[in-house]
Amino acid sequence: MKSLRKFLDKKKPLFQKGGKFAKFGSTFGAFETFLFTPNHTSKSGVHIHDAIDLKRTMIVVVLALVPALLFGSWNIGYQHGLAFGIERSLVENFLFGFLKILPVIVVSYGVGLGIEFISAQIRGHEVNEGFLVTGILIPLILPVNIPLWMVALAVTFAVIFGKEIFGGTGYNIMNVALIARAFLFFAYPSEMSGDAVWVYELPGNTPIDGFSGATPLAQLAQGASTNMASFGDMFMGFIPGSMGETSTIAILIGAAILIFTGIGSWKIMLSTVLGALAIGLLCNVLSVNDYMSLPPYYHLVMGGFAFGAVFMATDPVTASHTEKGKWIYGFMIGALAVLIRVFNPAYPEGMMLAILLMNVWSPLIDYFVIEGHIKRRLKRANLKGNA
Amino acid sequence: MSILSSKNFKLLSNPLNMENPVTVQILGICSALAVTTKLKPAIVMGLSVLVVTAFSNLVISAMRNYIPPRIRIIVQLVVVASMVILVDQLLRAFVYDVSKQLSVYVGLIITNCIIMGRLEAFAMGNKPWPSFIDGVGNGIGYSVILIVVAFIRELFGSGAVLGYQVVPQSFYDGGYVNNGMMIMPTMALVLVGVIIWIQRSFNKELIEKD
Repeated sequence: MKSLRKFLDKKKPLFQKGGKFAKFGSTFGAFETFLFTPNHTSKSGVHIHDAIDLKRTMIVVVLALVPALLFGSWNIGYQHGLAFGIERSLVENFLFGFLKILPVIVVSYGVGLGIEFISAQIRGHEVNEGFLVTGILIPLILPVNIPLWMVALAVTFAVIFGKEIFGGTGYNIMNVALIARAFLFFAYPSEMSGDAVWVYELPGNTPIDGFSGATPLAQLAQGASTNMASFGDMFMGFIPGSMGETSTIAILIGAAILIFTGIGSWKIMLSTVLGALAIGLLCNVLSVNDYMSLPPYYHLVMGGFAFGAVFMATDPVTASHTEKGKWIYGFMIGALAVLIRVFNPAYPEGMMLAILLMNVWSPLIDYFVIEGHIKRRLKRANLKGNA
Repeated sequence: MSILSSKNFKLLSNPLNMENPVTVQILGICSALAVTTKLKPAIVMGLSVLVVTAFSNLVISAMRNYIPPRIRIIVQLVVVASMVILVDQLLRAFVYDVSKQLSVYVGLIITNCIIMGRLEAFAMGNKPWPSFIDGVGNGIGYSVILIVVAFIRELFGSGAVLGYQVVPQSFYDGGYVNNGMMIMPTMALVLVGVIIWIQRSFNKELIEKD
């Protein structure tokens, strides 16, 4: 540790004003503040800062994602084994899956951070750390068979058009990882949906009898709810799906970390669940087809619902900021996600579109919540004046 | 006055860059999104708009001193509408398949903001010949953007240019897939945005102050 600090201190003058590599000052700064908590002090204005800065916040989110990542890796191996009748041990399954997910993570981070560093150099800003989380979120919400060049293209599109043109980290109006997924979803539908893409090597190969590779959501959208996975299996995550989204329990561990450290908003998570349950119950009342009579709690464990509610909807940049707004925002996400799932057969999974739509709406929600506050307080002030 | 004096030449060249109707004045965006999936309809659409702007500018400019100001919009619309009908009939007669592809968008040239804009801003106050050149210039400015957008969209969305396959089969065998997003109007909007971005990074005076 100390030798690393010494090394950085020795090289620092090179990157400061007048130094040899002053141009790359922001790159140096990025590495320095990533490795060590910065010791800058304020020269003016606010003098009290929270000890946890943006880089530390981001790392906590990445840690919260680790259970989902580990389980996802294992599940890739497990589903592959199921499809082709291969027996493997737990560790073998994990290693098999991890080697499949690793290239996607490397490409996602490599391309994304590359663009971040370049745009920081061009603008002369400090490199922002927003991509630390986005870079790991993107692989976790993609199917395992996704070609790497598509990942690179989607990350490029998402970082430039989702974030950099709005001003970089903290200014994006929509969740960057979801923009990457939405781009792939609409640009290359054959690689992003269907029954075969969720299991490694399944497209083009014949699995053993009785294995379809369809996700529970796809089965329901096609109107077959008979041989679906059990609630327990879906809760644990033994189902085909995007790489990190299947296991609700692994995601709940992540949720606990986020709520305990105060980084994720429990209000958004809870209200998202409530919204889904409410619409699920409403569907049960109408109950016209199999899908509508599905118990509402099933919606919470299928597809990307849990992952979206915990890691995507709570993104502090794109979510509502007012406390009352958070309840409305979350509720609408849950409600819309279930509505899209049940009533739009073209999109088996509604979570991505629901979150993106509410991202766009969240400033509007905040606006009306604040207007409401102002009106209420004005009324109170006037009453006092009259009395 | 010579046919193409330097003043007139400016009328022709200005709309290409500094006063481009699409990227600077942000007019005629709707048709730029709708007809640019393929290159061929985009070229035909650009030509149609060019002809309509040029000739309605000419006609309106010729009778500008006889149009009562209160009903000038109605008169302008009548002229534009008759031009559009002429163009539409010609397209149906000679390039029927493209005319079918363009469908309502030829008729909607009547409401294209560029045409009304040029009539109001230029033809009502200038002589016929400069007005005609102004119409041609704006038509070209519009067509250029349409053609660039359509070229990119057709190349990446269908792997073709003007209907001829240019992305070789070996690419597809190697795992290349056409980008479905390029077929959607969303991507046309993004592309127009990118063109505006590039243009403004070259022409700093186009950047808004605040």
